[in-house]
Amino acid sequence: MSDLLFNIFAVFTLATAAGVVLYRNAVNAALCLMLSLVGVAGLFVGLDAYLLAFLVLLVYAGAIVALFLFIVMLLDTRGDPRPTLHKLPIVARILAIGLVVAGVASFLTRGQLPSPNIANVPALGANLKLYAYQLFTTYLLPVQILGFLLLIAMLGVIVLSKKFEGLEDIK
Amino acid sequence: MIPATLNGYLFLSVALFAIGLLGVLIRRNTLVVFMCLELMLVASTLALVAFSRFNGTMDGNVFVFFILTVAAAEVAVGLAIIVALFRKRQTIQIDQLNTLKN
Repeated sequence: MSDLLFNIFAVFTLATAAGVVLYRNAVNAALCLMLSLVGVAGLFVGLDAYLLAFLVLLVYAGAIVALFLFIVMLLDTRGDPRPTLHKLPIVARILAIGLVVAGVASFLTRGQLPSPNIANVPALGANLKLYAYQLFTTYLLPVQILGFLLLIAMLGVIVLSKKFEGLEDIK
Repeated sequence: MIPATLNGYLFLSVALFAIGLLGVLIRRNTLVVFMCLELMLVASTLALVAFSRFNGTMDGNVFVFFILTVAAAEVAVGLAIIVALFRKRQTIQIDQLNTLKN
């Protein structure tokens, strides 16, 4: 049953991710991105990380995609020209095809990691208390740094998007 | 049908990352390039959660928090830059944003 769900969500995620790349209209691409993130959230549920699935839905599919849609409608760009590979030089094309073939071949021959039976491993990601414990002990410094990063990002966005009318003479 | 093992999840993660990278390379609209960057970040979180689940550790799950936060900050700053660029140049097509190149 979990195999079936994994396959359904995997195909769904990959198909909608391909839609992000292939749709010429940016609104369709953003909606495809949202569906792809819903698929990823489903995969997280399959991995017993319920909190992370909820967070991906809330932060990515809710906030970030909504922000993208706002900007797409604000800028009102016309549809893209069809995405194409024709502009690539021939050396780059041969190199890319060679790299993809080498990657797939090495994955199929030697890329098999030992996969323990999922029933024998404790599902730590399902335990909410462990997240809080880790964030406030082992990862306390990264949390502080991330808070600082968010502060800097907020200041940067304000400076970038606000028009400073009276400051022209200073520049 | 692919069984839901660690290899299956990792292959899916790699495929998602490759689709995102392809989009970054071939799209000309800056907004869509940004969306493909988000796809690549999500692919890396999928790999982290899969490793964490199959090894019985917690660290990969916690790292997803950090990636989410960095992605949110990145999107906010990036979209502000794109809007400022559009105000200045009236375009967000990558082909036409080549002032530094010439």
